[in-house]
Order: sequence, then C-alpha cells, then structure tokens
Amino acid sequence: MSAVTETTPITEAAIKPPNRFVLIMRTRPELILAPSLLVVIILGWEYGVKWFGVPGYILPPPSQIVVALWRGLDAGPFDRGGYWLHTGVTLYQVLLGFVIGSSVGLILGTLISQIKILESTLRIYLVAIQSLPKIALAPIIVLWFGFGVTSKVVIICLLTFFPLLVTSMHGFKAVDTERIELMRSLGASAWQTFWKVRLPSALPYIFAGLDMAAVFAVVGAIVGEFVGAQRGLGTLILSMNSQMDTAGTFSVFIILALVGVLLHQSLRLVEKRLLFWSGGSTRVIGS
Amino acid sequence: MNVAVGPQTTAAQQPRTSGADPIIDIAHLDKTFLTVRNERVIALSDISLTVAEREFITIVGPSGCGKSTLLKVLAGLIPATRGSIRLAGTPVDRPRRDIGIVFQNPVLLPWRTVLDNVMLPAEVQGLPKEAARKRARDLLKMVGLAEFENKYPMELSGGMQQRAAISRALVHDPAILLMDEPFGALDAMTREQMNLDLQRIWMESGKTVILITHSIPEAVFLGDRVVVMTARPGKIARLVDVDIPRPRALDTMGDPEFGRLTAEIRRMLYGLATPDPHLPAGGGLS
Repeated sequence: MSAVTETTPITEAAIKPPNRFVLIMRTRPELILAPSLLVVIILGWEYGVKWFGVPGYILPPPSQIVVALWRGLDAGPFDRGGYWLHTGVTLYQVLLGFVIGSSVGLILGTLISQIKILESTLRIYLVAIQSLPKIALAPIIVLWFGFGVTSKVVIICLLTFFPLLVTSMHGFKAVDTERIELMRSLGASAWQTFWKVRLPSALPYIFAGLDMAAVFAVVGAIVGEFVGAQRGLGTLILSMNSQMDTAGTFSVFIILALVGVLLHQSLRLVEKRLLFWSGGSTRVIGS
Repeated sequence: MNVAVGPQTTAAQQPRTSGADPIIDIAHLDKTFLTVRNERVIALSDISLTVAEREFITIVGPSGCGKSTLLKVLAGLIPATRGSIRLAGTPVDRPRRDIGIVFQNPVLLPWRTVLDNVMLPAEVQGLPKEAARKRARDLLKMVGLAEFENKYPMELSGGMQQRAAISRALVHDPAILLMDEPFGALDAMTREQMNLDLQRIWMESGKTVILITHSIPEAVFLGDRVVVMTARPGKIARLVDVDIPRPRALDTMGDPEFGRLTAEIRRMLYGLATPDPHLPAGGGLS
C-alpha cells in the first residue's frame, strides 16, 4: 500500500509535461552537454590565446584557423595552394591503398585459416611481422617507388594488409563449432559451409579489422607524403609548417579529421546493413 | 570405418520389430576414443538396438554414459570403432540426408530469418526451392511459429528457437529424427509444453524419433521404449516398454503406471552404478 502512496506525487508531476530542454537533459543529456563542451573549449581557446598573448605561429586562435580553412577551400579545384587538389590526391591514395591492402589481407587470411598446413607454417612469421612498426619502411618504399601516388599506395597496402589478415584469421578460428557440426550433419560441402556459415560468422571480426585499417590508411598516406611527395595533404602540412603558417596546418588537420570521419562512417553504414544481427558491436550508443 | 556386417549381426531379436524390417539396426557397436595422453576411453560398449519405423525411442542415462556419442555415431558425424549401424537397410558411414538432427542448442544462424533458417537443409541439399518454402511454412505452422517466419532468431524466446530448430530438422523430410537433449536448456513449464508439442508433431509427421534426455519423466512421457544407459563404459542396461496409450496428456504424469515406470528407471539408474552382470544388455523388460 505504501508503494502506491509514494508513487502518487511522481504521477502528478508526470501529468504536467516538462519543457523540451528539461526533457532532453533528463533522457539524452549528451545532446546538450557535448556541443556545450565544444563551445566552451573554443571560446576558452580563442580568448585564452589573446589573454596570454600567445603568438599565432605557436598556437593560433580558432578564428584564424577558420579563416585559413576558408582561404584553402575558396581556391579552385586544381589550385596548388588550395585544399581541393591535395585532399583529392590524399583521398585517392587512401581509398586505393585501403581497398587493395585490406582485400589482399582478407583473402590471404581466409586462405591461411582454411588450409591447416599454411597456417602452421606461416603463423610464427605472421606474428613476428605483425609486431614490427611497418611505417618505418616508408622511406625505403618511397626510394623504391618514387614520389608519386604508387609509393603511398604501397605504404597504405602494407599498413592495412595486416589488420585484415590477423582479424580474419581470428574470425574464422572463432566460428562456433556447433554451426559447423550442423552443416556437417546436413551433408554440406566445404564450400557451402564456408559461404553459408564460416564467412558470415567471421564478418564481425573482419569489420573490426576494416575499422583499424581505415585509420592506418590515413596515417600511411600522411607519413608517405611527409617522406616524399609532390601533392597531398601531407606535403601541404610540411610546406605550411616551414612557413610558420600554423593556422594553415591546423586547418589541414580539420580536413584530415573529416576524411577520417567520412571513412569511418561509410564503413559503419555497410556494417549496419550486414551485421544487424550481431549484438557485439558498439552500435548501441545509437550513432 | 564401419566394420562389415557379419552374419551374426543381422538377426534382430526385439519382439517389437519382428515382422517389418527395422529402420534402425545397431549391432554390437563400440566406440573408443584416444585421449591427448594416448589413453583409451571406452565411450560405448556393445550397443545393440533395433528400432521399428514410426517408433519413439528415448535414451536416458547419467552424464558421461555416451548418449551424445551414440547419437553422433548414428548421425554419421563420427565413425564407430566396431560393430555396425544400418539405417533403412544401408550402413552409416557419413552424414546422411535421411536424418534430421536437433541439438541441445537451437544453433540458428542469427543473420537468417526464421524461415530462411528452416530452409537451410533444403538449400544445402539442393531441393526445389518453392516446394521447400511451402514445406517450411507448413512446418512453422505446425510448431506454432507461423507469424514469426520473418523474425530473426534473436527476437525469439528459447522455446520458440528450439521449435524453429525442430522445423529445420524436418524440412528435408527425413525418415529419422535424432534429438540430443533438445529441451535441456528450457525452463520446466516450457519444457512440458514442448513435450506435448513434440508428441503431436511426431504423431502428425510419422517420423521415427530417437531422443536423448537427462529427465526420466520426459523419457517415459515421450517414449514407446526407454533405453536406460549406464556410464563407464556406456552400455545399454535395460529397455523399458512404456505401454501408456497415446496421445498422452500432462495428466498422464499422475498415472500410476507412469509413476511405477519412472520409479523403476530411477532405481535402475541409481542402483546400477555397477551394472548387474546377470541382466542381459539390450534385453527387454516385458
């Protein structure tokens, strides 16, 4: 009985609907708090820099970064000083390297995990190579393949290859033995078992690998362009840095962040369609 | 790895199967495993059993008595060490298409709808698609999942998932249904409901069923005959005939005959930690 009397005031309060702000703060506070935090940081940065008299080539205020960004975007698509050309070149390298590198990694990982003798032979080498900092090979690869697009694509392939190789091997290994037994009991061929059970079962792992590879791909492109290139956002950063154009460097960083988000979100879109059944991913947050 | 059938194994002596040819004929079956340390473990020892068409056999026994091993050998998933199994007259030496299996877990593929899961055996075996889809729908109707055909397994309760698994085991119209503790993971009430449903499905479909269970009441409720097994090595201790008329209802469990049979089997299982050497393995009670 006491429970009933205690709940009465709550139901009374619920009759009068709270205004939108209160409602959102109660149910999804991040919708208000997250943007507010950004505004506070930007304002603090803008006025902090001016207040303490920090020179613009050390840390430019956000307003200068926005101006630099606008200047870069305002240029024509083929303008060597503008951002469009360099973004295009970097994006092209990233996509090409990502597609080739992760496909080869996925195919090899699949083959290795399906053929026992291959796995037992190669395992020790793959583990060894996996722990190497492959990015350190960037200068040699530029030496071999030149300053053009090819060397960057090769570097990105090298970086994206291993995440897919390793995650797909793990994924195929983790397939529920009961599912395999089910297929065996139905008299399924090896190919049917692979196509209908093994591959879909391994997909969550494969997508984890693709997510990693997408980040590595952008890193690979920038490092490759740092080492030696004529075009691309990495070269733009280098040349701006040498002219002490720190605001410009920051604005290129924003472009890179957007490229990263774009890649990640495209992957998530595909993942959502293919892996709707998998409860294990981070989708719960409701992106 | 099946040893060829010797002349002595062809003579089946079960009174129930005299007349018609048995659909399942297991003769002097042994199964021995080698452990990692190269020790021999006898999982099954001298199992002989014949099952008539449309018969419902339940197998009950303690953990580790080799019940599941027996089912896997029957399904052709693992080879026998010695002895022979013939299903519908042909020896079992690989997975066969005239068998449907229901495992303890439903093992539904989470990326397929219920209907597509039920269609899986038909797809794998290349049966005509339209006919298979119609049959899958009929089966889902029979197990009470007609409105759920487009749902995904994760949207179904445990009992519903197991019903879908039973439909899947029947979609390619196998003569024999093998069930390995299919209701072991369900709560008591769902389990009783599933027992009733399974009895109905069996009576409607006319399959031969072998069902493994831990539950003595379940074994007596469902079985025409109960095979009582003992452990280490896995042997058939007794065959118990259940002469309770069909269809059996939940009230049957209050029947004195039901109580007598469950008590008797329980006594056997607890008393037979060391099997009585005077009892002939595989001998009937009647």
